Amino acid sequence: MPKDHGIGASSKRREDVRFLTGKGRYTDDINIRGQAYVHFLRSDVAHGKINGLDTSAAESAPGVLRVFTGADFEGVGGLPCGWQVTDREGNPMQEPAHPVLAQGKVRHVGDPIAAVVAETYEQARDAAEQITVDIEELPAVMDMKAALKPDAPKVHEDLTSNLCYDWGFVEENREATNAAFEKAHHVTTLELVNQRLVANPMEPRVAIGDYAAHSDESTLYTTSQNPHVIRLLMGAFVLGIPEHKLRVVAPDVGGGFGSKIFHYAEEAFCTFAAKALKRPVKWVSSRSEAFLSDAQGRDHVTRIELALDAEGHFQALRTETYANMGAYLSTFSTSVPTWLHGTLMAGNYRTPLIYVNVKAVFTNTVPVDAYRGAGRPEATFQLERVIDKAAREMGIDPVELRRRNFVTEFPYATPVAVEYDTGDYNATLDRALEMADWDGFEARAAESAKKGLWRGRGINSYIEACGIAPSQLVGQLGARAGLYESATVRVNATGGLVVMTGSHSHGQGHETAFPQVIADMIGIDESQVEIVHGDTANTPMGMGTYGSRSIAVGGSAMVRAAEKVIAKAKKIAAHLMEAAPEDVELKDGQFSVAGTDKSIAWGDVTLAAYVPHNYPLDEIEPGLEETAFYDPSNFTYPAGAYVCEVEVDPETGKVRVDRFAAADDFGNVVNPMIVEGQVHGGLAQGIGQALLEGCTYDETGQLLSASYMDYAMPRADDLPSFQVDHSCQTPCTHNPLGVKGCGEAGAIGSPPALVNAVVDALQRGGKDVTHIDMPLSPARVWAAMQ
Amino acid sequence: MSKISMTVNGKPASGEAEGRTLLVEFLRGELGLTGTHVGCDTSQCGACVVHVNGEAVKACTMFAGEADGAEVTTIEGMANPDGSLNAIQQAFQDHHGLQCGFCTPGMVMSAAALLKDNPKPSEAEVRDYLEGNICRCTGYHNIVKAIMAASGQDVTAIAAE
Repeated sequence: MPKDHGIGASSKRREDVRFLTGKGRYTDDINIRGQAYVHFLRSDVAHGKINGLDTSAAESAPGVLRVFTGADFEGVGGLPCGWQVTDREGNPMQEPAHPVLAQGKVRHVGDPIAAVVAETYEQARDAAEQITVDIEELPAVMDMKAALKPDAPKVHEDLTSNLCYDWGFVEENREATNAAFEKAHHVTTLELVNQRLVANPMEPRVAIGDYAAHSDESTLYTTSQNPHVIRLLMGAFVLGIPEHKLRVVAPDVGGGFGSKIFHYAEEAFCTFAAKALKRPVKWVSSRSEAFLSDAQGRDHVTRIELALDAEGHFQALRTETYANMGAYLSTFSTSVPTWLHGTLMAGNYRTPLIYVNVKAVFTNTVPVDAYRGAGRPEATFQLERVIDKAAREMGIDPVELRRRNFVTEFPYATPVAVEYDTGDYNATLDRALEMADWDGFEARAAESAKKGLWRGRGINSYIEACGIAPSQLVGQLGARAGLYESATVRVNATGGLVVMTGSHSHGQGHETAFPQVIADMIGIDESQVEIVHGDTANTPMGMGTYGSRSIAVGGSAMVRAAEKVIAKAKKIAAHLMEAAPEDVELKDGQFSVAGTDKSIAWGDVTLAAYVPHNYPLDEIEPGLEETAFYDPSNFTYPAGAYVCEVEVDPETGKVRVDRFAAADDFGNVVNPMIVEGQVHGGLAQGIGQALLEGCTYDETGQLLSASYMDYAMPRADDLPSFQVDHSCQTPCTHNPLGVKGCGEAGAIGSPPALVNAVVDALQRGGKDVTHIDMPLSPARVWAAMQ
Repeated sequence: MSKISMTVNGKPASGEAEGRTLLVEFLRGELGLTGTHVGCDTSQCGACVVHVNGEAVKACTMFAGEADGAEVTTIEGMANPDGSLNAIQQAFQDHHGLQCGFCTPGMVMSAAALLKDNPKPSEAEVRDYLEGNICRCTGYHNIVKAIMAASGQDVTAIAAE
């Protein structure tokens, strides 16, 4: 029987009721009395020098309160980058300034030049049209390899070149890796592009700055995945506001997928302007503006080589990747192609020698940063594509080649600096093949052939590293932040609990899943537990939600805090029952003394904590509230295997996904329904990358895919129903819940499975096609066939 | 500015609007009905779907003035009279048909319009009908399932979970 409450139950989401009845409270639903509206004038050229800026007409336009330009921010800090990467020579990366509003130059289409604040949004927008900007257009730096030529125009004049860093990992392995290639029986090489994507949460970004003169306090309401991080970055590095005078609220947030991790100029602007004008200032991004200002994702160009012995055992792997940073360094941009990518290059396999080289490059494009998976999809795509190609070249079945190289003993230390604690890659592969009816493929292929279609199948085994940690290690690697999570568990007098978490839900269902854990620990109903998140004023300093870290890191912090609460409650119960604390047990909401019939209810103990008439005041304080900060000792390593089956129409190149089976090992699972939903969403984004999506600029830096008319978001009729399974569970060994994280798996594992399937279909159709770059649009597939 | 009046969720409502004010802006800004969302500016995403005189309409494709005198239903008017979730809303909760909730109002309004015209849609018909509603969280799997369940159909046949 499936569980009906607590850990392992598919509890229905309590947050759904407000979302289904129109009662959600997203940032744009907040309106503060007296608020003014800002419209940003953005650059319409990719690269140019600002020779003149005349705002006088706009300043006198109806309703305008003030027009701000870069000059207003000269004494203010720039937007900081949160991770300093060290290059192969041991030097720090090149780190350009990132002003809130452009100062002297514009560096991408969408770079904000001026901001008009007016009584209404329409007045702000109308007035912005009256600003005259004299921009001397400069050649746009678009192609990464061309950008690194000595005579290339520079995105940032004060840097020595357009190279942010040239990173080698593990540098000490380089010579040995090259030597292994010299001796290899077979080398498979693949050049590929992991195209630029736009995260596109359905809620566009919004920011509202508010300033209370009586207390000198600033408040920012923002669409963020991590309000504490924004408070720290904006307060300490940009505006110089101490944290006790700055509150950041991220209420209901309509999806993030990484793009709402980062600290953006518009957040700093609204906070700054609200104080300057003594008026609340609101900004609501349009979707078109989001395409020009939300950090984008991926955009890697890679050459990967795999060395194998005669039996197909992997001997060595080396890669060279060009990673596009865009025009400025977004908050965690520099960590994505390095520590979130290089460390995953071992995949599920025993490859003794790996060397990863990454060149991060500035171009005149929107900044690039983490998008669902962040570095791990890029790693997995290369690896799983090159393995498939190697299998074909060597005449080994692609399933068998993977099995032959799987890591099967744990813990396993990879040559790229991480140690996998648990896993069973054969088990997830077996399950995926079974779900997809792998053995029934030929019969289905024959049916497809009758319709004139080519059927193909592809597999993928992936591993991801979630809950990036520990802080001590990431600090050595260049992180300028800690990567713990926090929770305060407050028990009320009558026994109900409030958990204040630094984690943040923007669709993941924390408000339902977190109480399931607490309910199990104490033995009370889930409805007795409330989750508070998203407001720096009433939650402990936490790092937020990204990288599939919420339950593994945030959930663990909550468990630690609840353990402290329970330990104290046992002392109180022991006093009330006149027993020794070590003899007290808590089960089903009742404290009892082992070996006796003494018992007392949870609610009686919590009441005693706040009404301490009969209480050991000489030993413990009244009250029942504890905080814990949890800093993991390692990443978690979810893994799995995906099978995709497609039909390709040889006449048109159109690809239809016929079936998609995903078998994931997430360790223990708190709410299976939510976990399955996370996988579905990840699969849709991964299939979207593989088939439909692509962020495209022309050679002058104009964004061609700047709306939903041009950027192909996956729609319901583009996707099949999915088969997903998480019954293979190897619990994480180093966190108290044994959980691994599930948010990004689908987006990481699905693109290579799909591309492998299409290549398979074309090969079966007699075409010598070994690779097609994503998205596999009909035009690209058709062209590859010719 | 001119005065616009309409019946919204069964009650008379009125407010001021410019000629360029969109129905969705009027509902959200003037009437404070913030359940209807804006997810794009090209009438692609469907987060703003409401019913105007019984038909599903993207409220960003219509000026407020065009709805003067109309009967409008928004997500705030969809629950049962006692405040409980209606059959479609309940199916979305039962089958986890929403995550961040932002596209959800438009999905529910579109689903209601679909089931009015086609009480027992096939999976393909549901997917086809939802072509104008974008969801970035769910991959549509559970939305399709919820809508079919709301129509009283057995959803165990939809790919196993």
